[in-house]
Amino acid sequence: MTDAAPVRPGGAMVEFDGVGLRYGPDAEILSDISFNLQPGSFYFLTGASGAGKTSLLKMLYLAQRPSRGIVRLFGEDLVAMPRHRLPGFRRRIGVVFQDFRLIPHLSARDNIALPLRIAGVSEEDLSGPVGEMLSWIGLGDRADAHPATLSGGEQQRVAIARAVIARPQLLVADEPTGNVDPEMAMRLLGLFEALNRLGTTVVVATHDIHLISRIENAQMMRLEKGRLSDPTGALRYPPANRT
Amino acid sequence: MIIPRVPVQHRRLLPDRRLSGPTPWVVAILMMLTLLAAAAGVGLARSANAIGDAIAGRVTVQIVTANPVTRAEQAAALRRAAAAQPFVRSARSVEREELQAMLGQWFGSEGSGDGGDDPVLKSLPLPALVDVDFVGEDRGGHMEALRALVAREAPGARIIPHAEWLGPVARLIRSLAWIAGGMVLLMTAASAAVVIMTARAALGTHFATIEMLHLIGATDRQITRLFQRRIAIDTAYGIALGSTVAAAILLLIGWQWSGVTAGLAATASLGAAGWALLLALPLLAIALAAFTARQTLLAALKKIL
Repeated sequence: MTDAAPVRPGGAMVEFDGVGLRYGPDAEILSDISFNLQPGSFYFLTGASGAGKTSLLKMLYLAQRPSRGIVRLFGEDLVAMPRHRLPGFRRRIGVVFQDFRLIPHLSARDNIALPLRIAGVSEEDLSGPVGEMLSWIGLGDRADAHPATLSGGEQQRVAIARAVIARPQLLVADEPTGNVDPEMAMRLLGLFEALNRLGTTVVVATHDIHLISRIENAQMMRLEKGRLSDPTGALRYPPANRT
Repeated sequence: MIIPRVPVQHRRLLPDRRLSGPTPWVVAILMMLTLLAAAAGVGLARSANAIGDAIAGRVTVQIVTANPVTRAEQAAALRRAAAAQPFVRSARSVEREELQAMLGQWFGSEGSGDGGDDPVLKSLPLPALVDVDFVGEDRGGHMEALRALVAREAPGARIIPHAEWLGPVARLIRSLAWIAGGMVLLMTAASAAVVIMTARAALGTHFATIEMLHLIGATDRQITRLFQRRIAIDTAYGIALGSTVAAAILLLIGWQWSGVTAGLAATASLGAAGWALLLALPLLAIALAAFTARQTLLAALKKIL
């Protein structure tokens, strides 16, 4: 069960307003970040290494509160939200981590099933979707393999399957295709696109310019030295306009 | 619930390394020592109580008049007079044969009741003794009245309150019982500390898993139940092992103790309440471990967003 309210029609799924983030007494690594993410949209987040992409994503998937500013997710202020309400919101967000973060002693099947189990889905009801997902990512015959025995690409596929198995409303992916071959990268991107067509808002942090060109109507946000240079909606990069 | 119910699939979130760490073994040792200390404490407390009850309000009047006939007459007169007093529950003359039998143990002629044919024992000028048990709690007033009675019926006789010579022993035993109780508390605190350290170590070891579970929407309660269950089971193994060893030791001591029928040692026993306490201690320990683990885990998880 989730205690997070649905996004109101016409409202933004994510709103950042004047957000800043600093770790400890150091200087801000993100400053004056303001943007809105609309439900059902597809966003790419780009920027050089160290620009703050991962920190921004952390705030999106509720692993980090901002140091200042306003963050609203699914219409609710997350800055002041008590932490006991966060799990309900997190269950509506799928996350693909750059370093996979698979649980090493669980099989591929159990790693993928994790979000459903945490959400209280019965074993009977989750076996079908998990099996389908394993087949889709091409690991149907390796369902019982543990992460240590999987290649980097296979681990990445399992991580992506885990992120999308519960049909999240917001999917956040940090370099999701960094460890897979181009063909698998396209398949995974196709999955993101399919989820996006079903209404999932997708945010993908990537360096891969070819990936960006594959998604029509995707919007791009670019981080430079902790500041968002092209807020969502201000600059579009549809394939037709790209040189 | 002491050991929370967790679905089998969720249990797999923690690797199955039961009894692999030091926790069950440390808990087993602490539990064994706790039970032995508790048994000692209960036995000593009961012994102190038994001695206290036996000596409270009891005195022995020792009549040492040189003439044996006069001595016997004074003892009889004192017994009769004392028994008639309202502040006396009972008054009893200690028979000469009883005294000889008691002394016979030291002279090597016990078993023959009256000292047998031991000429030395038979020739000993034994005093006449009258045991008096008082009624009620006004020991001071009763002693004054008894002194007056003794002065009248058996002048020169000595009044020996049992509390005077057995009281320090009873107090010593009671002190030892308190020390044993203190040891039980200290070892319980040490057990709780072991559980806290185990819980913190588990959180450190599995931090990546916990962080992952949080990020996919697991609640503190879900995560806590996983660890609480594991820690409770591990400590339960330790507690069961420690209790088994302690029970074996106590049964062995009990078997050896059963041959002791005289003296202070005979007053030491556990009694039904003592055994019930010893049986309850392991269950209380498991509950304490589960509670401590839960509180430690919840406090630690609150520090993570």
